[in-house]
Amino acid sequence: MPVDASLVGRVFPPTAPLTVSEERVRAFAAATGSSYDGGPAPATFPIVLAFDAMNAFLEAEAIDLFRIVHGEQRFAYERPVVPGDVLTATLTVASLRQIAGNDIIGTTSEVTDADGTLVCATSATLVHRGAAA
Amino acid sequence: MTLDTQTYAVTRADLVAYAEASGDHNPIHQDEDVARSVGLPGVIAHGMYTMALAARAVATWFPGAEVVSLGCKFTSPVVVPAEGAVDVVVAGEVKSSEDGLTTVALTVTSAGQKVLGMPKAVVRADG
Repeated sequence: MPVDASLVGRVFPPTAPLTVSEERVRAFAAATGSSYDGGPAPATFPIVLAFDAMNAFLEAEAIDLFRIVHGEQRFAYERPVVPGDVLTATLTVASLRQIAGNDIIGTTSEVTDADGTLVCATSATLVHRGAAA
Repeated sequence: MTLDTQTYAVTRADLVAYAEASGDHNPIHQDEDVARSVGLPGVIAHGMYTMALAARAVATWFPGAEVVSLGCKFTSPVVVPAEGAVDVVVAGEVKSSEDGLTTVALTVTSAGQKVLGMPKAVVRADG
């Protein structure tokens, strides 16, 4: 079933705040083979927030995660994420088109800190694979 | 300037660890049957796993440098075998360096094929 076209422009509620712990950052770094000895989190760490926001969006729209393949991801950083940050992500559906039976969903997520200051602006293209014909 | 190519081996166990650490439990990264059911060639690495390896290479090339931007398309999947590992190879070239910002064009391949489209990082390198 194609994704509802009226979603474009919709802003979803912010995710529950995530307190970034050293342990969390270390686990994220370790999972991709890096060691962590303090300081900024790995550059792709904000995906934890963006993914949480995407999950909430998929759930709200009853879209199956297993049909989603990542098409594109961009991060523009205002500053690095560091332990102690309390972050939330707010997702907006930016675009939607259909190609070859797949929905191509463009999203942006703004990751902000406890003061509401932008930490990282992310954008993602999600490919929603239609059911096999 | 060409940077030292980095090679990283990726196993299914790595994908399990990444799913835990990132919260991305999409079964296409764990379950062969689910992956094939949506037309994939087999279990594939999270795109964000491959992107994290690209970021790891950048951090190796520019230790301590702040990353200003990072982006790519996911053009081909990294298929991870049930046994053993598949290599992800990250090559990089400095394209420009001005106003304290260094732009790095990356080439990320697996099994001889480019897996990321136009991956690029901009870092604020010291000095």
